[in-house]
This record gives sequence, C-alpha cells and structure tokens, in this order.
Amino acid sequence: MEVSRDHLVTFLLRLADDHLILGHRLSEWCGHAPMLEEDLAMPNIALDLIGQARALYQYAGEVEGKGRSEDDLAYLRREREYLNCLMVERPNGDFAHTMLRQFYFSAFMHPFWEKASASTDETLAGIAAKAVKEVSYHVRHCGEWVIRLGDGTEESAARMKAAVEALAPYVDELFETDAVSEAVSKAGIAPAPASLRSSFDSTVQRVFAEAFLDMPETAWPQTGGRQGRHGEAMGYLLAELQHIQRTYPGAVW
Amino acid sequence: MPDPEVPCVTVADLGILRSVEILGGVAVARVTPTYSGCPAVLAIELAVETALREAGFDARVERVISPAWTTDWITEDGRQKLRAYGIAPPAKASNSIRALFGETQVDCPQCGSWQTERVSEFGSTACKALYRCTACREPFDYFKCI
Repeated sequence: MEVSRDHLVTFLLRLADDHLILGHRLSEWCGHAPMLEEDLAMPNIALDLIGQARALYQYAGEVEGKGRSEDDLAYLRREREYLNCLMVERPNGDFAHTMLRQFYFSAFMHPFWEKASASTDETLAGIAAKAVKEVSYHVRHCGEWVIRLGDGTEESAARMKAAVEALAPYVDELFETDAVSEAVSKAGIAPAPASLRSSFDSTVQRVFAEAFLDMPETAWPQTGGRQGRHGEAMGYLLAELQHIQRTYPGAVW
Repeated sequence: MPDPEVPCVTVADLGILRSVEILGGVAVARVTPTYSGCPAVLAIELAVETALREAGFDARVERVISPAWTTDWITEDGRQKLRAYGIAPPAKASNSIRALFGETQVDCPQCGSWQTERVSEFGSTACKALYRCTACREPFDYFKCI
C-alpha cells in the first residue's frame, strides 16, 4: 500500500522533531550536570539524538521536494509547525526528572527502531539500524539511574517518585494513533505506535520493580503535540534554539 | 587516512572506509559513519576525497548508512593498534539492553589486568566509554561495542 507524500513528510517531521527537541533539552545540561561523568553522558546522548534528527530532516526535505534543507526544517519553522510530542519539550526539572524522561523516550524508541529496521522504506531502515544500537545504550544508562535513584536515599527516592508523577500525563501521547501513523504503519514503513505499548511497559516494569517505584497512573493524559499544539515551555525553547538564525538569517560558519 | 578523533588507526582499520572503486574514470569511496551524531563524519569524508584528489584521481565520496557500521568491522590490525595506543578494543559480544548493570570484561590496555571498572558508559567521544584499572590505577578509554 502506497502512502501519500504529505503523510510521509508529516510522519518524518514528527519523528525528527521529537529527537531535535529532546536533544536540545539534554544539551541544556552541558556544564551543569551533578557529576563530570554525567556531563559527558548527557551531551553524548544529545549528540546521538540530534544526529538521528539530522538524518530524518534531510530525508523529510527530500521527500517534500520543496528544496527545504535540514537547517530550514530545524530552525525556520514556527512553534505550531513543530510536531513533537509534549514529553520531550517539558523543562528538564531536576536530574531524576531528566533521567526518567529519557528512560521513557528510549524505552519507546528502542522497539520502534527495532521494527523500523525492517521498514519497506530503505532510507528509514538504514537510519533505524544505526539508531537502535545507540538507543540500547540510552535505555541501559537511564534505566540504571532510575534504579539507583529510586532505590537510593530518602531524598533521591522522593525525587524519582515526584518525577514519575510529573511525567505521567505525557506517557500516553507516545502511543497515539491517527491517520498519519495508520497510513505509515499500513504501508510497512514504521510500526504502529500502539503496537509498542507492551514492549515499553515490560521495560518500564522491569526497571520500576528494581527501583521500588509504582507504575504511573494517568489521571489527565495530555495531547496535542502531534498537531502542533504545545505547552508554554516550547516557545522559550525555540527562542533559544532559533536565536542565531532569527537574528542573522542565513548565517553559516 | 588517520581517523580524526582516534589518530592511531586509519579509517580503513576502523571499517569506516567500506570500498574504493574506479567507476567511469572517477574514484568513488564509500564511507559508513560510526554514530548518527558523529561530528567527525564530514571531516573524514573531506579528508578521503582530498587524499584521492592529491593522488591524481577525479574523486567522489558516498555516505552509505546501510548496513549499519559495527565494531566487528574493526580489523585485527586496528584492534592491535588501539590497544598499543592505550584504548581497549571492543569486546566481540553483542550489546544488549537486557544487560542492566551487566558488565563486560574489559582488560586494561596498559597492564593487561582484568581487574577494571567502568567509570562512565559515555566517554570523550561518542564511540568510547571511560574505564579505570584497579590493578595499575590507570584510567583508560574503552572502544564501545555496537
């Protein structure tokens, strides 16, 4: 089954935006991490995410065929044109919050890339085969921190519990289905997000059991990111991300 | 052509340079990046192209992402050179997310001891992790297995 160009471009931009925005959030920790090793680890993970985003933007620009480059797509869109899920744009909070968010995202992306490695779309399959290996490291690294903090001191356990509560409303959006995700999954390009839920849950359960954490209960699931409706933090993030290109349009070095 | 971040080995030793062929009078080199976000990719591609031009060829470099690069492509020669340079070469076993807290045995490239511990999963570049030898007390880089 063929997928329309619009659907494929929207799908690629959603995926690329998730990676760019989360990569940007993580890079905010550079120079501020609680220890030197984490000061290396977080920008390293950010580098992987932004590398994946670049490959996806390049491909989205090619498929779209309007001559937009990866930089145009990353830097020169308006807030409402970004299609990332809400979880990735949330402010970093403390270290526990950042690690849990990264763990959730990685636990979702690992089975996603694993399935996408067998995509009918050759370019996406190539990006996926590379990314799945990188994300394995992210799941493990962040999972270990969730356990270490959850099963740590009174203070660290309280912070990890608070992070579970704060991020709970943003988990379900990862698995959302709409016409775009349905079209690409029917065409064998990428897995249906909902089909990844059991894999995600089993990774989270395994880590939460060791961390003495309870699975989150979603009282108020938040949604809208995939349609470009973002939270109040997104505009500030973009102001920083786009600052150079907005101030000096077309600047290169 | 030495790798810009690990200059003790060449891009061929690392398996980044996949092939060089003459196609219709043009030397075409195929290059596969190690990590999606590796900042050295462009430098490597430019260096390979420049080297081919300096050798008198009309040259072009193509980036090939599939099949994905794996540390299994590092040659035996490359592994020896890494060790001699003080970087522990990657273990041959595959990397698994199920190995939470699972430690791979990494021998110290300085003294050869197996009594080593991981300091950080992420090191000075995307491809390396940071270890420390508890026998000779030296810190060292480990080339991550992917």
